[in-house]
Amino acid sequence: MSAPADMKVQAEIRESSMDESFDYLNVTGRIFDIQRYSIHDGIGIRTIVFLKGCALRCRWCCNPESQSHDIETMIMNGKQKTCGRDVTVREVIETVRRDMPYYSRSKGGLTLSGGESLLQPEFAAALLKAGKKLGVSTAMESMGFAKFETIEKILPWLDTYLYDIKHTDPKKHEKWCGRENTLMLENARKIAESGEVKLIIRVPVVPGFNDTKEELLSIARFAKTLPGVEEIDILPYHNFGEDKYRGLGRDYPMGDAPRPGAEKMKGFKAAIEGETGLYCQIGG
Amino acid sequence: MKPFDNTPVAKSDRISALVQDLFRKMPEIEAARAELITESFRSTEGLPVVTRKALAFRHILHNLPIVIRPGELIVGSTTIAPRGCQTYPEFSYDWLEEEFDTVEHRSADPFYISEETKQRLLKVNPYWKGKTTSELARSLMAPETLRAMDHNMFTPGNYYYNGVGHVNVHYDRVIYEGLSGIMRQAANKLKEVKFCDPSYGDKKRFLEAVIVSCQAVIDYAHRYAELAKREAEKESDPKRRAELLKIAENCSHVPENPARTFEEGLQAFWFVQQTLQIESSGHSISPGRFDQYMYPLYEKDTEEGRLTREYAQELIDCVWVKLNDLNKCRDAASAEGFAGYSLFQNLIVGGQTKDGRDATNDLSFMCLDATKHVFLPQPSISIRVWNGSARELLLRAAEVTRTGIGFPAYYNDEIIIPAMENRGIGIEDARNYAIIGCVEPHVPGKEDGWHDAAFFNMCRPLEMVFTNGMDRGEEASIKTGDISTITTYEAFKEAYRRQMEYNIALMVNADNAIDRAHAELAPLPFESCLIDDCIEKGLPLQRGGAHYNFTGPQGFGIANVADSLYAVKKLVFEEHKFTLSELARALEMNFGAGFDEILAGEAAMGVARALKEKGEAVTPEIIASAVRSVMDYKLPEEEKRRFEEIREMITELPKYGNDIDEVDSIAREAAYFYTKPLPEYRNPRGGIFQAGLYPVSANVPLGAQTGATPDGRLAHTPVADGVSPTSGYDLNGPTASCNSVARLDHAEASNGTLFNMKIHPSAMTTDKDLEDFVSLVRGYFDQKGMHMQFNVVDRETLLDAQAHPEKYAGLVVRVAGYSALFTTLSKSLQDDIIRRTEQGLGR
Repeated sequence: MSAPADMKVQAEIRESSMDESFDYLNVTGRIFDIQRYSIHDGIGIRTIVFLKGCALRCRWCCNPESQSHDIETMIMNGKQKTCGRDVTVREVIETVRRDMPYYSRSKGGLTLSGGESLLQPEFAAALLKAGKKLGVSTAMESMGFAKFETIEKILPWLDTYLYDIKHTDPKKHEKWCGRENTLMLENARKIAESGEVKLIIRVPVVPGFNDTKEELLSIARFAKTLPGVEEIDILPYHNFGEDKYRGLGRDYPMGDAPRPGAEKMKGFKAAIEGETGLYCQIGG
Repeated sequence: MKPFDNTPVAKSDRISALVQDLFRKMPEIEAARAELITESFRSTEGLPVVTRKALAFRHILHNLPIVIRPGELIVGSTTIAPRGCQTYPEFSYDWLEEEFDTVEHRSADPFYISEETKQRLLKVNPYWKGKTTSELARSLMAPETLRAMDHNMFTPGNYYYNGVGHVNVHYDRVIYEGLSGIMRQAANKLKEVKFCDPSYGDKKRFLEAVIVSCQAVIDYAHRYAELAKREAEKESDPKRRAELLKIAENCSHVPENPARTFEEGLQAFWFVQQTLQIESSGHSISPGRFDQYMYPLYEKDTEEGRLTREYAQELIDCVWVKLNDLNKCRDAASAEGFAGYSLFQNLIVGGQTKDGRDATNDLSFMCLDATKHVFLPQPSISIRVWNGSARELLLRAAEVTRTGIGFPAYYNDEIIIPAMENRGIGIEDARNYAIIGCVEPHVPGKEDGWHDAAFFNMCRPLEMVFTNGMDRGEEASIKTGDISTITTYEAFKEAYRRQMEYNIALMVNADNAIDRAHAELAPLPFESCLIDDCIEKGLPLQRGGAHYNFTGPQGFGIANVADSLYAVKKLVFEEHKFTLSELARALEMNFGAGFDEILAGEAAMGVARALKEKGEAVTPEIIASAVRSVMDYKLPEEEKRRFEEIREMITELPKYGNDIDEVDSIAREAAYFYTKPLPEYRNPRGGIFQAGLYPVSANVPLGAQTGATPDGRLAHTPVADGVSPTSGYDLNGPTASCNSVARLDHAEASNGTLFNMKIHPSAMTTDKDLEDFVSLVRGYFDQKGMHMQFNVVDRETLLDAQAHPEKYAGLVVRVAGYSALFTTLSKSLQDDIIRRTEQGLGR
């Protein structure tokens, strides 16, 4: 190795150790679950860290314990379960690190989900940075509910943004999710234009809310206008979260709404692919 | 290396018809072999045993009824009834006579037996009284060994009552040199033996026996050639007639001569596979690296335009059907331990060549596809995985796994090869390994590994620590001190180590006694001549003729011992929640969960013994009343609550299987208690012992002989299977479970480890799922895991199959180192499979 190259390496090492002096590993945040061997959310085998607290209150939400930032108690299978704990990035990474061999083999890595991770922006950024330092791929599932300046700070550590868009109509969005969606649609465009991450649009297909071809196509058409977006995933509504509502002493807002059938989903996929040319995947 | 063609070929109609024919009735026991061997032995009294064995083998092969089943292309059947079995009274026979009236209706592996067969067997069996290997073996064992077996510390049942099997012979030599080549080698060796050689006589009679045995197999093939010819003459369908004539031609040429075509090669393979199992009743006679030794013929035939891939696939599928035509009836207890009519004929694809390059070829894929086509428990198909494995092959394997058949089992070259080298095996031989039976690595054509030499229940010595060596009211093991005198965790561990050491030594004693019995009474000249260096040494396999010799007994219950040690460490010595004495009492009282009949019976036997020792009369009435009083005994409510509380504290503790270093390191140490002492011991064939960590399916019946354990396990419930975590205790998903298991030192368990994982079908749906599944296997192997196998089936399906067995006759599940039809398994084993944690998706 030549002397100048050597010096450059030295400088990089110095820089990275300076970097370490920013104490990102000790940033704390609140999570409610860590799920390993997740294979249906992004590339390869992934570990999903679920951050607690959400800005929306979507009626179909399958993780109701994710919504409040407060630590809650839920009754599951007759047992009390505490939902929510405060952890440092270091603690989370210790768990994430355990599946390194599987990430290396599958190109997988760390995924943040929630809740809305952007409500804990420093924690989210520190987690993703720690993931990159581990050398694994990073992904975040979020609907972009934050100022773009906040999102901008996260993007350098993020490989794939799984971006939730539930509806294009602000009114209907507000009625079903508690807030309207203008900020989120704007952010989607800014993120796409930044070119910093692979952006995948995800759409929950919810009966009575957006389960018509026209409504889904409207989202797909919007996605098509985002530079660099090639994929849109449509996720059929399911009621696996129903017990959790009961466990939290809440009513299940979806009642006995039916799950969209496989044929119906295939029809949506065909319509979206036919009109927009985007790759459409059923499920995550 | 030649590029491979992995295009799948469709299944032919012939295969469906063959499978249907195979299952048209219940398996049946036949008497012909027992009669023939007895007839022969009666006429050869006084001759050397190896000569008598060869003459008997010839007599059987000359006279055993033969049959060509409708539509077969590869022929050779040991019984007239499909999936039938012969009996082997020279190894043991009492059990079958005792089970004459129950064998047809027993829960595990029932067999039909006709009244006529019973009568025929009753006529010949008495000849073998006092002449069986099991009787001789028993007489060679130490009294302490018999006592330990009586107290279920271990069971060497497999070879105690049966032939050994468990080899992978030189199929390649028969295929490419013919039996005539082997006979020539033996004849030449016979000429070379020096007149002054002190073993001249032994060598001469062994080599002569080899020649007689090989000729007998050739004669047997010729009988099939004649039969095929006769049937061809009667056959009206011209297509079938041509097939029969082809069969006749094949059988008159092989296995005598080198095979000229792929089809002849397969027929030669089959005669070897079948007649080995006529010679002795050993199971796990494993075809091994079939894709490697069959490949040169396949390559030549396809290149020269003689063979289409379609026909090649159909022929391979035919061989797969034949592997399911062989069967074996075991005694009821063994049938529970090896449930599922399995012969464990392990066949492995992929891996590396002797010179360390990727071995994947067309046949590797076609073998996996054959398993998909035939969809039956045999062969036990396996795949070798190494860093350079073809990705396509692993994905094809994952597709087979997805079907839920439980195959293939995955093996890691990167740990098995160094583990074998560590036992003194040369690198080329190690790279060429195959798998025997369930999970045992083996050098093809060069090894006598005695791989399934015993099951050692690691929980029993732990019980002995708590009872100070007492069991059922009598001394069953050494005294390691009253439990109240053990005051540190280190001392507790030391007591366990001593209990283990003592009982392991007794197991070695048992195995060596059985080994000697086989050497004396059961030399097998045909099997021997297909393994190096028997001909060169002029010695049968059973006297140490093989190039490599091992004895591999299995330990099981790692998870229970690990969780138990952790519980003692944590709750007794660190947190002082209860004392060892209190725990001992809780175990004795089954944590307050009540007594079942077994516990009551054991307690009553203790009472009876105590009375006897006092010189008092023990009548059945006294015993019955003792049982009743134990059954009716009610623990004081307070004590019961305390025991339940203790069990709850134990249950709350972290467990092995959740990727927790502290617990997993204890598991590693616990495994060492079993694996480390063994290689210090030698067997009579000049080899060493090496440990395996797998239970086949014995964790269920042997669990039924084990009292409550400090991991919270109740008395007589199954112990953990293989190196897998306790059913239902691994809660952090498949990667966590894998990481824990990989933390054991698999290289020390060079006779194989077995890791069962159940995967929900939803995690095996898309192409991406399969890719991730392969990454899961590779991630486990990157951490030096050795073996992995999967049940891909949901709980609801299994529960439904239990309730409506008629709807699920074809449901194959992974049991242990093999798969079996779920509905043929005993209820308790079915329950155990259902309980194994279903690893899938958290959400």
